[in-house]
Amino acid sequence: MIVAEQKDLPDLKRMLKGKKKVLAVGCGTCVSVCFAGGQTETSGLAAELSTAASVDGESLDVEVKTVQRQCVQEFIEPLSDDLKDYDAILSLGCGVGVQTLAQRYPDTRVFPGLDTQFMGQPVEPGVWEERCVGCGNCVLEYTGGLCPITRCPKQLFNGPCGGSEGGMCEVDLSMPCVWSNIWGNAENLDLTDTLMEIRPPQDWSTSRSGGLRRTVVRDDLHQPSAVSTKDTEAGGLVEETPKPESPEDAFLREIGII
Amino acid sequence: MGQALEKPCVEELKSGSNLERVLASGQFAVTGELGPPRSMNLELINRKIGYLKGFVDAANLTDNQTGIVRLSSIATSILCHQGGLEPVMQMTCRDRNRLAMQSDLLGANIHGVKNLLCLSGDHQSFGDHPGTKNVYDIDSMQLIRMVSEMRDKNQFQNGVEIKGGGPKMFIGAAASPFSSPVEMRPLRLAKKVLAGADFIQTQMIFDMEKFKIYMRRIVDMGLHEKVSVLAGVGPLKSAPMARFLHEKIPGIEVPSHLIERMENAVKDIDKEDKEARKTAGQAEGVKICIEQIQKAKEIEGVAGVHIMAIEWEAAIEGIVKGAGLLPRPVL
Ligand code: SF4
Ligand code: SF4
Repeated sequence: MIVAEQKDLPDLKRMLKGKKKVLAVGCGTCVSVCFAGGQTETSGLAAELSTAASVDGESLDVEVKTVQRQCVQEFIEPLSDDLKDYDAILSLGCGVGVQTLAQRYPDTRVFPGLDTQFMGQPVEPGVWEERCVGCGNCVLEYTGGLCPITRCPKQLFNGPCGGSEGGMCEVDLSMPCVWSNIWGNAENLDLTDTLMEIRPPQDWSTSRSGGLRRTVVRDDLHQPSAVSTKDTEAGGLVEETPKPESPEDAFLREIGII
Repeated sequence: MGQALEKPCVEELKSGSNLERVLASGQFAVTGELGPPRSMNLELINRKIGYLKGFVDAANLTDNQTGIVRLSSIATSILCHQGGLEPVMQMTCRDRNRLAMQSDLLGANIHGVKNLLCLSGDHQSFGDHPGTKNVYDIDSMQLIRMVSEMRDKNQFQNGVEIKGGGPKMFIGAAASPFSSPVEMRPLRLAKKVLAGADFIQTQMIFDMEKFKIYMRRIVDMGLHEKVSVLAGVGPLKSAPMARFLHEKIPGIEVPSHLIERMENAVKDIDKEDKEARKTAGQAEGVKICIEQIQKAKEIEGVAGVHIMAIEWEAAIEGIVKGAGLLPRPVL
């Protein structure tokens, strides 16, 4: 799930300064599970903002609507009806939710009410921990299900480093050294031989190095018409046929670039 | 492996560095460490070169050690080379991606740098720019492999040929025998050998008895025939320093009897006489370090020592002399 936390009140007041009527949009999925942007939190924040405004001698009317999944356009469609009545939207969805709203309603300012933090898991009541950075090239097969990219501050693929101290990581002694844990469970999972192999350099081209990532997970469901044409071209979803080498490529090959 | 080797590890020279030749000749090697300054103080570098030259076979140049910006290890390595002190250039994975690493390796080698120590690097949160973004495109194991393939296969990490040949580096790696999990540390060393390490420099060892146990594993696994292990040692300056290393630095264990010796060295000296306490503490630290080297020399599989006199390069001469390791071989 996606974990987020509410921005500080002064920060939100600064964003909404001068606005009279704001629609606070909560989300009923991930951020409601981590108590940041569900129905309850959104209502609570709305009341807080209105009160804070009146204390400052201003008037701010914050209305609340919570959608089931702010990151999916169909779910935010119903908001279109009376959006013209509002000066701005305050989204309590994750960063994806905020952007879905901003894209669907380009004539209304959409403000982020949350700081989106990570993809993670609740580990104890009130505590969430990161588990995946979405590298696009999952290595959990080799590490017994523990992600070294997310959980090792040095993102080692062949750990642990010398900084492992009593099973904890020197970078933060309250954090287990994930490589210590990977090795700790290796025998159990019959993973020692795998761990003795040198993991080659990771291909980061699937990670954040290359800008916007797009995926067609299900070709059978994919309808290019549902996406804007521009996106389709930019995303390279058009089927490619092999082409003969262009003169430009021949030149690049000659000077050793390709 | 299989056949018994006359000399430890190196049969034919891979880099031709002095360190490689000393180890290949079967002599007990000595390396030191030179911390580049946080400035461009050439005079200071030359002074430090003077402290080490002739007393060690090669000196490590740290690479933004503890995540603090310093004169680059490459530039300082070149200065050492020009000044007649053989450098072991350190390279961490923290600050460079594979492009920068490979171009820097070509650059360093063309200037005569022939030894490289491959490290993950201290995390930036310990340094003076904690808000920086670390790189860690590849890790130290992958770096070792990359450098060995650049040298032995003349190819870049992407498999493309390096025209005219790759950089000929004598490849070093670090080992921290007492870091957790202790059971897998020999395996980790084996993995570094598999990746292509020619020599190993260990974390600072004070508990030589415990180190002996680790080295027995290394010998049992036959690793000492494939890689030259240099035991890391370093002179203590005071009891507080000993306690700091023991408590705060992962992988360093200073036995209590050594901390006591450091305390006893100054216990009869007036607390106000700071100079006298400092001198007495340092003298005891050097004495202990010499004893450690003598003990390390007796441990099977140890091919040399790596002396880390942090910000105290002037101590090296006395230590090497005291340990009976002078003169250094001229090969
Ligand atoms: S390896 Fe990549 S995809 Fe797999 S859990 Fe880690 S970050 Fe996520
Ligand atoms: S101690 Fe463990 S988790 Fe921490 S940086 Fe080293 S290998 Fe990674």
